[in-house]
Amino acid sequence: MSLHATTSQTVGPYFKIGLQWLNQSPLGAGLAAGERVTIRGRVLDGDGAPVPDALLEIWQANRHGKYAHPEDWQDKPLDPGFAGFGRVPTDSAGCFQIETIKPGPVPGPNGSEQAPHLVISVFMRGLLKRLVTRMYFPGDAGNGNDPILKLVGEERRSTLIANPASGGHLEWNVILQGTHETVFFDLGL
Amino acid sequence: MKSIAGYRPPYPGTQPGHLHPAYVSSAKRAPTRPLVQIPYTLSEITGPSFDREFVSPAAYDLTRQHQGEPLGERIVVSGRVLDENSRPLANTLVEIWQANAAGRYRHEVDQHDAPLDPNFTGCGQAVTDGEGRYRFVTIRPGEYPWGNHYNAWRPAHIHFSLFGPAFATRLVTQMFFPGDPLLPFDPIFNCTADEKARHRLISIFDWETTVPTQALGYRFDIVLRGRDATPMEE
Repeated sequence: MSLHATTSQTVGPYFKIGLQWLNQSPLGAGLAAGERVTIRGRVLDGDGAPVPDALLEIWQANRHGKYAHPEDWQDKPLDPGFAGFGRVPTDSAGCFQIETIKPGPVPGPNGSEQAPHLVISVFMRGLLKRLVTRMYFPGDAGNGNDPILKLVGEERRSTLIANPASGGHLEWNVILQGTHETVFFDLGL
Repeated sequence: MKSIAGYRPPYPGTQPGHLHPAYVSSAKRAPTRPLVQIPYTLSEITGPSFDREFVSPAAYDLTRQHQGEPLGERIVVSGRVLDENSRPLANTLVEIWQANAAGRYRHEVDQHDAPLDPNFTGCGQAVTDGEGRYRFVTIRPGEYPWGNHYNAWRPAHIHFSLFGPAFATRLVTQMFFPGDPLLPFDPIFNCTADEKARHRLISIFDWETTVPTQALGYRFDIVLRGRDATPMEE
């Protein structure tokens, strides 16, 4: 028998009380192996105004490009210090910060390889269902051949790639509307 | 090369779009450019796992988080988490949050002129058992006004957040109560075109889980996306 998936509804303005217990960066306790990165950014709405009540959820592979999940068939090592999940809210200025490690490349369709990336869900009041996007790393040699980036028009690809910032961190913003609107993916949600 | 079974697309009309003008705050937050379609890759068919040890065994009971008991009508909310292929989803994290009996959230942004309850925080967690079952004990949340339009009131609801087995199955939704007179007027509940899909968000009063002299039972089954029968050839 086949059922229909339950309808999505917004997280609303008060999700903090239910979801903050699990707020964490993917880095977790800091025991993960790999190159540490700090990603800072803002979430901006259609007026360019900061969104103080957004929530980002991050899922990523470890430094070897292995996901801590039974369906990852690759013969690559797991990292006991790294689960790969993060949940990060924006603050009153619409800013978020993600502490993590740079993941390794992971397999893509047709024998291709995906460049290191984070997959990200974005939740907020006003969104009846989540938005799905990705963040790639600046200057990574694999970006040019990434099978997902190739599906994005060249003029919009840069919205998915973080920028190096002077503080040594990476900067990556989520822009909900307008000329620099972040690319969001259709996962059939 | 490995072929990957993707997830089934939603049955038409059963999921909301991003922009729903009647829900005013979607106007500045819904994307305006078309979403870019991508294939399912290893990144989307995997996702975080949370086993039963991950949450406190007491986290299912929202009426026992403080010294005293919260005010309001005690209820039991339970159900099963299945996928679209009717398979129970075990070890799935379920998070809930809600207003208190007076319709007030314990959140600094909620300025509704209704009392906070010192004995009620309004959040709980559970992990489904081997048959996909979860169970919460809580109090029936109150309706409350909001600023969407003149004299706007949200029907009583409990927010639900679920992960399922993959990034692709993540779901946040709301559970409503049968017979709530506010449902026809709520732009959030009505954001979905398909009437049957909307009505699946309404819990069912359930004698079987009603605890004599203690609490009425409401049943709310949740379906997460299921795998496509045929793997996509890569």
